[in-house]
Amino acid sequence: MLPRLATSLLVQQLRTMIRIRRFEEALIRLAGEHDVGHFHVYIGQETTGVPALALLEEGDVSYTTHRNHGHLIARGVDPARMLAEILGKSTGTNKGKGGTLHLASTEHGFPTTSSSVGGPLPIAVGSGYALKERGLDRVSVCLFGDGALEEGAWHEAINIAAVWNLPVVFLCENNSLEALGQKANEYPSSTLAAQRLTDLVRPFKVDASAVDGSDVAAVHREMRRAVRRARSGKGPSFIETWTVRWPGSRPIWPQLVTGETDLAFGWDAARIPDAHADWFGRQDGLLRFLRELLAEQRITREEVLDIDRAARAEMAAAVRFALDSPYPAPEEALEDVFA
Amino acid sequence: MTATPTAGLTGVRQMSYAEALVLGLRRALESDERVRLMGQYFVGLTEHRKLVASLHEDFPGRIWFPPIAEIGYVGAGIGAAISGLRPIVDIATASFIFQAFSQVVNEAANIRYMTGGQTAVPVIFHVNHGIRGGGAAQHSHSPQAMMWNTPGLKVMLPSSPRDVHGLLRTALETEDPVFWADHVKLFDVVGPVAEEGWEPIPFGVADVKRSGSDVTIVATSFMVQRSLGAAEQLATEGISVEVIDPRTLVPFDLETILTSVHRTGRLVVVDECHRACGVGAEIAALVAEHAFDALRGPVRRVATLDVPIPFSPALEAFVEPTEAKICAAVRAATG
Repeated sequence: MLPRLATSLLVQQLRTMIRIRRFEEALIRLAGEHDVGHFHVYIGQETTGVPALALLEEGDVSYTTHRNHGHLIARGVDPARMLAEILGKSTGTNKGKGGTLHLASTEHGFPTTSSSVGGPLPIAVGSGYALKERGLDRVSVCLFGDGALEEGAWHEAINIAAVWNLPVVFLCENNSLEALGQKANEYPSSTLAAQRLTDLVRPFKVDASAVDGSDVAAVHREMRRAVRRARSGKGPSFIETWTVRWPGSRPIWPQLVTGETDLAFGWDAARIPDAHADWFGRQDGLLRFLRELLAEQRITREEVLDIDRAARAEMAAAVRFALDSPYPAPEEALEDVFA
Repeated sequence: MTATPTAGLTGVRQMSYAEALVLGLRRALESDERVRLMGQYFVGLTEHRKLVASLHEDFPGRIWFPPIAEIGYVGAGIGAAISGLRPIVDIATASFIFQAFSQVVNEAANIRYMTGGQTAVPVIFHVNHGIRGGGAAQHSHSPQAMMWNTPGLKVMLPSSPRDVHGLLRTALETEDPVFWADHVKLFDVVGPVAEEGWEPIPFGVADVKRSGSDVTIVATSFMVQRSLGAAEQLATEGISVEVIDPRTLVPFDLETILTSVHRTGRLVVVDECHRACGVGAEIAALVAEHAFDALRGPVRRVATLDVPIPFSPALEAFVEPTEAKICAAVRAATG
């Protein structure tokens, strides 16, 4: 099922998803040659972030996490400046002071990005408070993973948002569906006594829903409802999206274990390698969305390949820009703070 | 009781520190539509809290009663500042700031820097610090040294009615997060405050609270008052003590202290933080680095002993910096 949106908007969302996918693939290759620190990629969650953030308007603020790249691209941040930031260059979004964990762009509605799990939850609530106090019909969106619900900050933040009926959307991308706890040499999954994440929301009388994060129509529907509620003074909402963790995000350091995504998998299942039949055949939301668009004849294979060529060229240029950009002058370490 | 010169000021009235503080909050609410008070224990649980109650009546909707959730409402203050308000967040007893440490230290202090200067966080964090009498280990902290050890915060420690009133105005005009600590024992201190206008006292300008020629004392917050008491006592013994109050730790006015030490040759630092890595330790190190040749003897530190704060009055008095300890340190420095 597709969301009831104009074809041009749906194609635009697909384009953004493909750009995110190619960005992250380019980054993983780049990280093999350059030290970018510990990083996290958004592969496999594009079908949550893209349709959800497409509903935001200028003046809406969004807070994201260590897994932020896809969110920034979805709201229009230039991938070249993002990659430059990830390499610590002066042309980066944060002038080289943030790196992969802290990509921020105030003009695109990302005032600050915290890598402290749960840290941005109360800050997003405070932004919602200010927007409401200032009489604006804007919304504050907090994007986080299931792990943030282990933090005490979660309880305090949702309580305040509920008590004060604030225009906040809590968007939880749950990528621990398959696992609970931590396996040796793999990235930790959430460790919660609650059976369902929405059980942690309902006592606060906050509107809560859980949807398949690879279902663009469902994400669009719930997010649109949550944003409308916030704008019309009906208070906070919580949306959980179930996302399957991409196999390349299971190791502590992301690896292209599946290889690059061949978009032709979307129409030629025979090409899918047996080793990754589940992922490419069933789980990958981007390919699911692509198949839905093709089935309803909203796009042609040729158009998909054109979009992909443009995305690959854009990311190749972004890598070049990042590599060619200069490092900041050392003394810039003393700027942007009182020292 | 501070003997601040009042010549030239019109409409000067003697008022308590608590009154000057609440008058500052009133003026903040009057002068800037963006100001919100988050919390209501600015003057603790003292009798002065009635003054805060008067603000509730005059500024309905501008004063916020948060749940007992320091992470939540301190973080909310940060977000509100990012999105266009000027929140003054009251954490009440300074020991509670540890509940919110991640928000203060790892979020607020870092944001402007970490975003490459994109996002300012003009929030004020207010606490009541120090050994208040019977607070025991969990209600007696003086976390200002930890705040000074956190780049990105400004640190304001008033010691008189005039200072708290004037420094608050500057704090409100500051784009960085400000850590503002009052000492509970300061609330009853009386001094002159100009009732007309609202003169800012700039950050980074130390105040010579008492002039003297034999020894320089550098003290902050309530320790300024104790040091002034000690200086009175020492004057009767023929020792002339200069008492300098930096008023803000970030920015820090080292020049005024160095000038004084060059004249007196002796330095005693008085600080209610624990001795190890305290505010006094940093000031002693700065003077040793910049004016070693001017010193005629070792710098003396009067600070809280490095143990948790005990409950019993007999034990509390033993660990805290007292007038007697200050006098003894000055005598040792001059002896």
